[in-house]
Amino acid sequence: MEAINLIIRSIFIENMIFAYFLGMCAVLAVSKDFKASIGLGLATLFVMVITVSINYIVVTYVLKEGALSWLGEEFASVNLSVFSLHIFVAVTASFVQVVEMIVEKYAPRLYNQLGIFLPLMAVNCAVVAGSLFMEQREFANIGIAAAYAFGSGVGWMLAIAVMASIREKLQYSHVPKPLKGLGITFIITALVGIGFMSFSGISI
Amino acid sequence: MAILSGKTKAALLGPLNKDNPVIVQVLGICSALAVTAKLEPAIVMAIAVTVVVALANVIISLLRKLIPTRVRMIVQLMVAATLVAIVSELLKAYAFDVNRQLSVFVGLIVSNCILMGRMEAFALGNGPWPSFLDGIGNGLGYGWILVVLGFVRELFGSGTLLGYQIIPQIFYDAGYQNNGFMSLAPMAILLTGVIIWIHRARNKDLQETE
Repeated sequence: MEAINLIIRSIFIENMIFAYFLGMCAVLAVSKDFKASIGLGLATLFVMVITVSINYIVVTYVLKEGALSWLGEEFASVNLSVFSLHIFVAVTASFVQVVEMIVEKYAPRLYNQLGIFLPLMAVNCAVVAGSLFMEQREFANIGIAAAYAFGSGVGWMLAIAVMASIREKLQYSHVPKPLKGLGITFIITALVGIGFMSFSGISI
Repeated sequence: MAILSGKTKAALLGPLNKDNPVIVQVLGICSALAVTAKLEPAIVMAIAVTVVVALANVIISLLRKLIPTRVRMIVQLMVAATLVAIVSELLKAYAFDVNRQLSVFVGLIVSNCILMGRMEAFALGNGPWPSFLDGIGNGLGYGWILVVLGFVRELFGSGTLLGYQIIPQIFYDAGYQNNGFMSLAPMAILLTGVIIWIHRARNKDLQETE
């Protein structure tokens, strides 16, 4: 039950894009076309769930204060959380690399569709932020952490899909010249964000 | 001045206006927006990013002949992660309150596209001194957007600047109210949109034609 609540919270109330504006770079770059944005969203969702789970294990059994106590009494006071950023980045980057190689080998069509977006995942703020929030919130077990990552990933996908469909429609409207392209995208994101804020009153 | 001629001057000053990382190149938006509800965290964040980008540029530029091309991303990420970890520990030690307000966004400097972009696009092909100036320039270009956002949002959102009351009590007595909307996250992005609008209205060559 807790996991389901967490998923719904992280999709709507704490949406990565509309509440924290994480992963905006990718949204602004990719959200011109609906299909590509769904592809990127799915890839991000997948990478996010796996990396957050791996990082949860690493944080719990290696990095946290006292996490190394399974090695013996003398390690109980070791706190390695200074290195958490290194680990998160390394895990994300290497996992993205592995996914890229697997997809290239076994699903070349999908690989061609995703193109440059796959390697870009390694520096997607939303993915790294997923791990950082996971460390900050100290989830009880790996299932909860994975549920959080799943919810955030779905929320991110939803958001990029919403932005892409609005921008596709926008091609037919008359926008003031200096506002064209980037400017109007920012303002639309803000307006959708305000819309998403209405979810924040919901308590589950 | 010999040290600031031609290319190096462009590296330092370009990012402040025509090549601004946030409003022209659209990099580093992710962390730019969440930290600007108040002026103080915005300034701290701007300084942190400037320092990290400048130092990372210098380090990568010094190592650029040693790094094999295939593994350069990992090297860049490790340099970035090390510098960010140092900055994060320093903030925890000397500015704990601000660090708590910034929460995960200090760590997120590591995935800040400005950092990766500058290392990849500039430091790998230039010497340490121009790279350093390029890092400072980009950090400041990012910083002034943050400071403007923080200034506007704190002034209109809570009537204060850096925690000091700016809007006098008489205004409140006369019926003026703080615009609480300014403190909410979407306003940061809306204001960035407005900055882009003004900037592009002044620089016509940046306007998108499509």
